[in-house]
Amino acid sequence: MRHTASATHDLGRSQARAAWFFLVPALAAIAVFFAVPVVSGLLLSLTDFDIYALADLDNLRFVGLDNYRHLFHDPRFWTAMKNTLYFVVVGGPLSIAVSLSAALLIQSPLVALKGLFQTVFFLPVVTTLVAVAVVWRFLYHPAYGLLNRGLEWFGLGPIDWLGDPAWAMPAIILLAVWKNFGYNMIIFIAGLQSIPESLYEAARLDGAGRWAQFLHVTLPMLAPTFLFVTILTLIGYFQLFAEPYVMTGGGPADATLSIVLLMYEEGFRWWNMGYAAAVSFVLFVVILAVTLLQLRLRGLLTP
Amino acid sequence: MRGIEGRATVAARRTDAAAVRPWPGAGASSGVVWLLRLTMLALLLGLGACSRGGPETGVSLDFWAMGREGERVRALVAEFERSHPGIRVRVQQIPWSAAHEKLLTAYAGDVMPDVYQLGNTWIPEFVALRALAPLGQRVRDSDEVSAGDFFPGILEANRIDGRLWGIPWYVDTRLLFYRKDLLARAGYTAMPASWPEWEGLMQALVETGPEGAHAILLPLDDWTPPVVFAMQLGAGLLRDEARYGDFLAPAFARAFGLYLDLFDRGWAPGPGTMNRADLYQAFGRGEVAMAITGPWNIAGFAERLPPATQGLWETAPLPAPHAPGPGLSTAGGASLVVSRASEHPEAAWQLVEYLSTTDSQIRFHALTGDLPARRSAWEAAGLKEAPHTRAFWVQLQHVRAVPRIPEWERIADKIAYYAEVAVRGEMSREQALRALNADADRILEKRRWLLDRQGGGASGGAPARSDDDGR
Repeated sequence: MRHTASATHDLGRSQARAAWFFLVPALAAIAVFFAVPVVSGLLLSLTDFDIYALADLDNLRFVGLDNYRHLFHDPRFWTAMKNTLYFVVVGGPLSIAVSLSAALLIQSPLVALKGLFQTVFFLPVVTTLVAVAVVWRFLYHPAYGLLNRGLEWFGLGPIDWLGDPAWAMPAIILLAVWKNFGYNMIIFIAGLQSIPESLYEAARLDGAGRWAQFLHVTLPMLAPTFLFVTILTLIGYFQLFAEPYVMTGGGPADATLSIVLLMYEEGFRWWNMGYAAAVSFVLFVVILAVTLLQLRLRGLLTP
Repeated sequence: MRGIEGRATVAARRTDAAAVRPWPGAGASSGVVWLLRLTMLALLLGLGACSRGGPETGVSLDFWAMGREGERVRALVAEFERSHPGIRVRVQQIPWSAAHEKLLTAYAGDVMPDVYQLGNTWIPEFVALRALAPLGQRVRDSDEVSAGDFFPGILEANRIDGRLWGIPWYVDTRLLFYRKDLLARAGYTAMPASWPEWEGLMQALVETGPEGAHAILLPLDDWTPPVVFAMQLGAGLLRDEARYGDFLAPAFARAFGLYLDLFDRGWAPGPGTMNRADLYQAFGRGEVAMAITGPWNIAGFAERLPPATQGLWETAPLPAPHAPGPGLSTAGGASLVVSRASEHPEAAWQLVEYLSTTDSQIRFHALTGDLPARRSAWEAAGLKEAPHTRAFWVQLQHVRAVPRIPEWERIADKIAYYAEVAVRGEMSREQALRALNADADRILEKRRWLLDRQGGGASGGAPARSDDDGR
């Protein structure tokens, strides 16, 4: 007995050693490339690090929570927060709805050339945003753009898509949804394919129509996929940056200024590293809170 | 700086001029990822620094130049290498949009190039970083470069605390581009030289133009027009050794009002006007008759205006509040600077000197179309009399540098922002000016702290200063 126990113990220990051996590179990478920067970022956010401090560390001041206090009194921060929420609340569900619709269409037995459509819908995801932006800028051109020509055809007035503060964010949302829906579509297709055909057969035997099948078989079976896609989309959409950066630069009149764009401007345009770090930490806390809330809601909804 | 940035991206911009934001790298990123990138970059740069400096065969210089200049200057650098056999030059072309970030990162990683190009509004920042070597003594000792040959206003933009930090490479200022035929239709044979006449011209242009036409196209978010008008009225922009904003002063308020009036009176297409989208189209179709823009549009107009309007446009210096004019404009452009950390300061200066000779300046103008910084090059190349450039010649005698402090670009960005907010009617003029002044004061807080700490002695530029080269 004693013998076996110690053997198991030894085995456990050598296994643990092996485990550590394999884990250390990954942990080291996480420590160096994640933990250290995050902690230094947090410390940075308590200072007024700027170009003067870059020149001479004597010029660095520890300012405590001043950056955060200042941030909460900065109207541009609240503009950015409002714009980001607008983008998340409108763009997020829209993007998921479009992804799901596209996935359902492609999975439909009526559709031929599934592979082709899948590829075509996925293409925007892999296209460089800069190239896309050039094309979309033409599409959005107030006088000669295709979009306004189309509206004209329906007798609707021209819209200054990127020049009017009221329309700039919808324009960005449209672009972002078009650019990104293919990614979630692929995940939804995978989710749809994993639903056993037998469930649909059973439902059909019980007399369920297409809509009832969708509501009572497809949607519940897709729930885990939904959660995954929603969290991923939310996290991604909170970090809105590249689209306004290339299309509008945050304008007109800050109508498309997002939190990350604000952080980028403060940090890398003006080199206000302390303030920028504070912005990014606030964003981190917001994303964390929303994600936890979602997981909690999900826990409440499923028995 | 914006002028130069504007040139680099002008083809892709929604509106001309202003050119507020650079082109992207790519990709969405969280704060954490940015910090990560920064760390990695620092690591990579650190490694780079270790591997540099192989066997010492002659002198090897690193030269960073931006955008198109970085590409075209290679021809001149090749000639420099031929005439200076001991020196090799590695030219690195940096896109304008990434230039500022790259230079600061290189500074943080201690891998600054020996010689680099710097937009002259960036000089104060790099002086504050103590990244530059002073050049005043070098110029005085040089047979090739003489300070008196540069445009005084432009040279002054390179001087901080009385010392010279950069040698002007090419120059940039803003003036009026206009359609001669539309002015003639309105009854004018030449561009007026004073504001009252200029306003009369704009009214006449609107009245004689077709339905929906405007007199002048101005970007909504450009700091140059209000700042230029303010300089013409003698506004200081900042006060108390640039410790505080001075935007509530009557001169600035009047200039800001004049700028907004251009929109309110219907002379400039305001927000919600459709034809404001593209300078070249609006200009080509005669929807506007004037624009305030910079030298890069000499080539821009030649390339992009329809053939029928090619002979019909000209440039003119800015009008002044009172005749005879011309009014002041901004002293823009780019300079060549030498890194303080350079291991080969002699060779670095030789490169700068070579690129600054009158002959090189003429060659460089031929290669790039940039306006030379040396007046002798203007005369030799006939630019002084040539159509389109002659107005620049006049204007360049009347330029003034914006405040030479590292914070200026941030403050200028705020001016552009509040100008747009006021044009859109989201704030009254008074509110906008008050908010602008408060923002400027906040941006200058660190500067005040630094100045107070060192006893308040310093003047214009970087609070921190030391050593050599009195001038």
